[in-house]
Amino acid sequence: MVARLKGLYGSGIREALTYQGQNYISVDSSLVHDVLTMLRDDEDFDYCVDVTAVHYPKKEEQFEVIWILYSFKNNVRMRVKSSIKDGAEIPTSVDLWQTANWLEREVFDMFGIRFTGHPDMRRILLPEGWNGYPLRKEYGILQQDKEWVQINLGIESGQ
Amino acid sequence: MSDAKIYSQLEAISSHEKPFLDSNEMVLNMGPQHPSTHGVLRVVLKLDGEKVMGLECVIGYLHRGVEKIAENRTYVQFNPYVDRMDYVAAVSNGLAYCETVEKLLNVVAPERAQYIRVILTELNRLASHQVWLGTHALDIGAITPLFYTFRDREEVLKIFEKYCGARLTTHAFRIGGCQYETYEGFEKEVMKLCDFVMPKIDEYEELLTTNRIWLERTKGVGVISAEQCIALGATGPVIRGSGVRWDLRKAQPYSGYEKFEFDVPIGTAGDTYDRYLVRVEEMRQSVRIIRQAVAGLPEGPIMAKVPKVLKPPVGEVYHSIEAPKGELGFFIVSDGSTQPYRVRVRPPSFVNLQALDSMCRGQLVADVVAVIGTLDIVLGEVDR
Repeated sequence: MVARLKGLYGSGIREALTYQGQNYISVDSSLVHDVLTMLRDDEDFDYCVDVTAVHYPKKEEQFEVIWILYSFKNNVRMRVKSSIKDGAEIPTSVDLWQTANWLEREVFDMFGIRFTGHPDMRRILLPEGWNGYPLRKEYGILQQDKEWVQINLGIESGQ
Repeated sequence: MSDAKIYSQLEAISSHEKPFLDSNEMVLNMGPQHPSTHGVLRVVLKLDGEKVMGLECVIGYLHRGVEKIAENRTYVQFNPYVDRMDYVAAVSNGLAYCETVEKLLNVVAPERAQYIRVILTELNRLASHQVWLGTHALDIGAITPLFYTFRDREEVLKIFEKYCGARLTTHAFRIGGCQYETYEGFEKEVMKLCDFVMPKIDEYEELLTTNRIWLERTKGVGVISAEQCIALGATGPVIRGSGVRWDLRKAQPYSGYEKFEFDVPIGTAGDTYDRYLVRVEEMRQSVRIIRQAVAGLPEGPIMAKVPKVLKPPVGEVYHSIEAPKGELGFFIVSDGSTQPYRVRVRPPSFVNLQALDSMCRGQLVADVVAVIGTLDIVLGEVDR
């Protein structure tokens, strides 16, 4: 499968590795939608387990967005990763798997990563109007949007 | 929040799909303080008369930032936090977390520890399904099952209390195995519980399975097809109720589940009634697994050789287990230090709740309560 992907997309597939028996591929962010479509249609990855992200503030491409996929037919799992810069957008996968809707909204809520073409790009766990993205590394563990807390809850601080 | 603000918010949500409401359409707010939403779930319903045209879940009231906390604790320190997510099945959470870290460390728990883990996890599945059955039936209007199930769940909690001192947030497992050896008479008590609970499960069924009101309220309500389940990522009893025989304990066995004989019950219609039957049968299968595990409980150590200070090598791992609610997964990234670089929880309740909209469309308002119950969500896990 990896050979086939490399044949199709060439250097767009940055690496394909196995760690502790788990496979993952790194894909250029411009190709990620094509690769996901191909994985769903040709390799039977019909179930999108999770969409999540990791923040690496020291890297140039700060955010790594990760799709965890599963194939019912072949009983295998794999991960697709793609890195983007802060402020850049990444194509949505809601058109491929409906379940990505809320999962991508959570990534946006926690990291501020926007998904191009997402039908409903709003915060999901935090309230609308909250300032800041908590799972970014520079966001402190005790940090909060004091202004929002004071206006909406009428208390000095949530701590 | 002022009323005017709530209404303007409701209007904003309802105009999301269509700019104006038709004359006989209305928007109804349900929750977050509502007895049948199992916690603090707020649902904004768009109604045409009594028919649900669509709905929107407003979640996050219980958000505690578990994933952020994880990045600021060591691997060992974070272990008790996972119990606070799905608090009616705390043992399953602990199992999923410990197994993921063990995978990162390349450690396998000893056989005896695995058996103890299986026994406790299956006991917890039983307790979780009992809470579900009692509250689900109560939502629909049958009060009696609640007393039956909570009475019997007490016996399971007594075993937890004797084993590790806690009833709900047990923190029963450690990375590398179990902290506690079984207590004197553990096997006998667990076997006694199995003998006690089997006829009780029949009793629950006597109350509900052929009850005409129960049939009226659950048959054909909240139907979801297998294809929809897969597209929406719904797992656990939801996907099995729709006829997909898929259980992670069978598909990708962990913690020695391949050694036990059990069946994976499935439904056919994918409605609330089938999911009820699936869960009731799962309780019996759990008892079956517990009996085998107790009978075959091997001797030996209960902790693998794990260093005092845990520093997993650089890398990332995803591991998931079949929790009572569905696929519960942990994705952990290690940077080689004592604290995880990133912990992502793949919560079954959160993903299953997304199916609520498509399951409720075209149903009546009263059915929304039944469908929330049949999804078996725990808001502590939805919001994390």
